[in-house]
Amino acid sequence: MNIDSIKNGVVLDHIKAGRGMQIYDYLNLSALDCPVAIIKNVPSKKMGKKDIIKIDADIDINFDTLGYIDPDITVNLIRDSKVEKIRLALPEEIRGILQCKNPRCITSTEQELPQIFKLADKERRIYRCLYCESAAKE
Amino acid sequence: MRSLIDIQELSVREIDELMDCADDIIEKPQKYADACRGKKLATLFFEPSTRTRLSFEAAMYELGGNVLGFSEAQSSSASKGESVADTAKVVSCYADIIAMRHPKEGAPLVASMNASVPVINAGDGGHNHPTQTLADLLTIRRERGKISDFTIGFCGDLKFGRTVHSLISALSRYSGIKVVLISPDELKLPGYIKRDILEKNGIEYSENSDLAEVLPSLDILYMTRVQKERFFSEEEYLRLKDSYILTPEKLLHAKKDLAVLHPLPRVNEIAVGVDADPRACYFKQVLNGKYMRMALILKLLEVTV
Repeated sequence: MNIDSIKNGVVLDHIKAGRGMQIYDYLNLSALDCPVAIIKNVPSKKMGKKDIIKIDADIDINFDTLGYIDPDITVNLIRDSKVEKIRLALPEEIRGILQCKNPRCITSTEQELPQIFKLADKERRIYRCLYCESAAKE
Repeated sequence: MRSLIDIQELSVREIDELMDCADDIIEKPQKYADACRGKKLATLFFEPSTRTRLSFEAAMYELGGNVLGFSEAQSSSASKGESVADTAKVVSCYADIIAMRHPKEGAPLVASMNASVPVINAGDGGHNHPTQTLADLLTIRRERGKISDFTIGFCGDLKFGRTVHSLISALSRYSGIKVVLISPDELKLPGYIKRDILEKNGIEYSENSDLAEVLPSLDILYMTRVQKERFFSEEEYLRLKDSYILTPEKLLHAKKDLAVLHPLPRVNEIAVGVDADPRACYFKQVLNGKYMRMALILKLLEVTV
């Protein structure tokens, strides 16, 4: 894989240094068949150091998941060598990423219920379980 | 079709309308005696709560309706492993409205997402109990004439007491309310409620650990049960427990028009001698709970009288 030039694919830039692998796991990139590169500790003027992930295929990314993990990541969608930059934001709702840890929550006994969390406090990045309103713990 | 899972789902105007309706029911009960004829309320109580269940049942009977249901999980299909969602779908085929009490937090919400009839949360774990809050609000309004411009003291277990959290949340939308929080350090109101509700809404509040000291300043006193098992040590419990018992002697220093509320059951935090005092409103509160449940059933069934 030539990690400098992608014709069709996705580049996740401005990942906080050290979090590249976490994002790789969250997005389940190990399941992909195409070339994927994680570049760690890339010097950055803005961040000092950063991680970058390059995916050499035009895949669907769950921007909500990504926005929840790190809203400062820049997503570059590359199609026919043209780059479209996407700014992430904290999603209002996230599904299937977090699991409610409250033992009194209905999801603790009815595990087929979808795990849904709602953004309760944007400034402090607090998500609460839709069912029991417990704050999410990462 | 609407359900009621959390008190915040009702606007201040809707709560006022429910209280107006409850006042009218109190004044003219006969007018409502047949309002729900032919309608059925299902009381699905997955954990025992005799008083709340009886209140809902009495409310429906007084509206001329019928009641079916169960009062513990063992006598329901939950004991066979049926999900809350399925129970809600099945019961929707039999009843026009559901009141659900469940030990798991969020269960009534799951029911409301799956039922084809309105669902009322009759208490889910330590989470919500909106009809208790409606009873509290009606009691305050009937005692004071309005829900504004008073100082309310919450006394006892402010950490785990869901009725306290829910009432504070409901009162935060009214004006001129001052809150005094009276509890031992171990049972203080959680920080997120102070921050997200009291401070966010600019409500003046103070914290104190001595009931007798603050009692003279209160217009309403909301008592709760202090449970021994919440304390870290027996010593601590013994040292603190008497500070949170309301007695006729302590009431000597309270305002003449104070209203004492309690969600009940009480254990020993209000001395029986207080019951005869006209300021004791906790049994009226029980009755008000039934009237508010009647008003709520009418609203959710969209019955006009």
